[in-house]
Amino acid sequence: MESTIIFTVVTLVGIGVFSAVILYFVAQKFKVFEDPRIDEVEKVLPGANCGGCGQAGCRAFAEACVRENDLSRLFCPVGGNETMGGVARILGLEAVKKDPRVAVVRCNGTCEFRPKVNRYDGAATCAIVAALYSGETGCQYGCLGCGDCCVVCKFDAIHMNPVTGLPEVNDEKCTACGACVTACPKNLIELRKKNPKDRKIYVACRNEEKGGIARKSCQVACIGCSKCQKECAYDAIVMANNLAFIDSFKCRLCRKCVAVCPTSSIIEVGFPPRKVQEETIETNSVNQ
Amino acid sequence: MLRTFKKGGVHPPENKLSADRPIEELPLVKVVYIPVGQHIGAPAIPVVKKGDKVKAGQLIATGNGFVSAHIHSSVSGTVTKVEPFPDTSGYPRLGIAIEVEGDEWVETIDRSPGVKKEITLSAGEIVQRIQESGIVGMGGATFPTHVKLVPPKGMKFEYLIVNGVECEPFLTSDNRLMIEKTEEVLVGARILMKALNVNKAFVGIESNKPEAIRKMQEAVAGNSGIAIVPLKVKYPQGGEKQLIKALTGREIASGALPASVGCLVSNIGTAFAVYEAVQKNKPLFERVVTVTGKKLTNPSNLKVRIGTPLSDLVIYTGGLPEDTGKIINGGPMMGKAVSSLDIPVTKGTSGLLVIPEKESLRAPHVACIRCGRCASACPMGLEPFQLMLLSEKAIWEGMEKEKVMDCIECGCCSYSCPANRPLLDYIRLGKARVGQIIRTRKN
Repeated sequence: MESTIIFTVVTLVGIGVFSAVILYFVAQKFKVFEDPRIDEVEKVLPGANCGGCGQAGCRAFAEACVRENDLSRLFCPVGGNETMGGVARILGLEAVKKDPRVAVVRCNGTCEFRPKVNRYDGAATCAIVAALYSGETGCQYGCLGCGDCCVVCKFDAIHMNPVTGLPEVNDEKCTACGACVTACPKNLIELRKKNPKDRKIYVACRNEEKGGIARKSCQVACIGCSKCQKECAYDAIVMANNLAFIDSFKCRLCRKCVAVCPTSSIIEVGFPPRKVQEETIETNSVNQ
Repeated sequence: MLRTFKKGGVHPPENKLSADRPIEELPLVKVVYIPVGQHIGAPAIPVVKKGDKVKAGQLIATGNGFVSAHIHSSVSGTVTKVEPFPDTSGYPRLGIAIEVEGDEWVETIDRSPGVKKEITLSAGEIVQRIQESGIVGMGGATFPTHVKLVPPKGMKFEYLIVNGVECEPFLTSDNRLMIEKTEEVLVGARILMKALNVNKAFVGIESNKPEAIRKMQEAVAGNSGIAIVPLKVKYPQGGEKQLIKALTGREIASGALPASVGCLVSNIGTAFAVYEAVQKNKPLFERVVTVTGKKLTNPSNLKVRIGTPLSDLVIYTGGLPEDTGKIINGGPMMGKAVSSLDIPVTKGTSGLLVIPEKESLRAPHVACIRCGRCASACPMGLEPFQLMLLSEKAIWEGMEKEKVMDCIECGCCSYSCPANRPLLDYIRLGKARVGQIIRTRKN
């Protein structure tokens, strides 16, 4: 009886030691060298694996940082300057500083302003609707309202408002990873400069039709009248395809363009109410 | 035992309401809108401008490159606009609006009523005439016919297959053409045979069209070249690959063309258009459209000029029923709901189907119950449930491996799904994405 126990213990220990020796040599032979800095860089990254940097995930981004040995083309939009500073310190490199951005939905075609002209009852994703036809409303450029942007958001920062039928961005949660920008088949979402107090001024329309046609399909469509462009003292507004576009990096938030827009398609967000024209503000800031 | 294709397929209620209604000519309308992109391939380039006077049959837009088709005016009158207006998709596309004045045709068109049976043109001349006449596949695919007639390098045609299947429920335009224009359709088939240099043709007709089968069989009696083959009723027998399988037993490899098995499939409507173009010198500017629906007062087969707004077709057949839920351009299986009746009839409009509200709504879908009905219904042998899951998760590489590009978009999967899953919608999305990926890889 005793001999059996001893025999078993000895055999098992023997096999164990023998295997350990083999494994040791195999591990030596097939050792893959990995830069220890990759792990360090990965630790300072947000770990969301959102793909906003253009890489497959945070690990891939860390590998790219170490491999490239140059941070001029790499930026983590989620972590921002702080994270990139950390990465730069580990690698002893210089990181580019970028202004923080936030996603902005450039359509204000709520059910009230943009009536439905037909009904869609197929699969509820924007990608399918966009591939099929021009959408439920008269505006072929506007939001389709199926919420593909909300599905792809990994930060819970964008949600459909059931009343307006449009997506709304939570500025605090938005990391500007750009997932929604790619998901939107109508290219309505833009990453704009994040201003103090989350103030924003933007043209909430992408309708490239001529004024009359645009207005017919949506009350708050940009009709391309160029009034805002003339009003802007900072050259921040560009007109193209019957549509005004405000460059968020040139805009100084003076709000003059908002006042002259005849269709209220320029929206201001996060400003204190104006004293003189309170009514205008009410209609203009419906999106918030 | 009637022949049919083997794999998959469904048999929806046939509902051929207008099968006994003779083809009527729709009175001319006031304005026609003729899109320049009515075919697969590059849109044609307009050669008329605002204010020009045109005659019916006059070239108004010329084909842009080889895979494209000429567009001819369908009416006589004045060009009022050359600008984009909404087409079936609801998106504006370039087109030509013509205000109708009288009905003057181009002089070269032979308007005499008799059937001209003798084929005088040579094979090359036939292909050229077909190209000049702007003929495209009229079953709905609208692929330019002259392109199809030239075999790809190293391939040779053996059979012409004329598609008289009309497997889509409700549609009856091909059926009526076979009954009323039997001789013309057969001459059209002979012209195509001459152009292809083949001496054997099959005309596949489903057995639910006994009158058409009888008439066609009587007309070909004594002619060994053309065989009229009655087929078992099964959707999607009108699909080119399914029809070739049913008639010849040959199967086309994944991604290959029908020419690889020596076949060319042409629709009855196309054969008729070829007859008119070659024998009567008449370009393609009108076609037979089935206007139908259970609640419609007079389901009809109408001969309509290209560019006529759909609303005129509905008004002619008794107006829109009150409880209309959807109006479909095409048949119920492969057709597409339109968002407005202002869009015009094009070369590919085979039917217009008015569906009552109650029948038009899609039932809410639930999770896949893994019954496998879609896989047994798929005539291409794909696994639609799998493809939909991959598409939902945006795994495009996986879809490519699962042969999504072989999907013929017949809709058998969605039709057979007891969980009402929108299988085809997702597969179509995946097909578009995979197609894009393949194209970028090629470039």
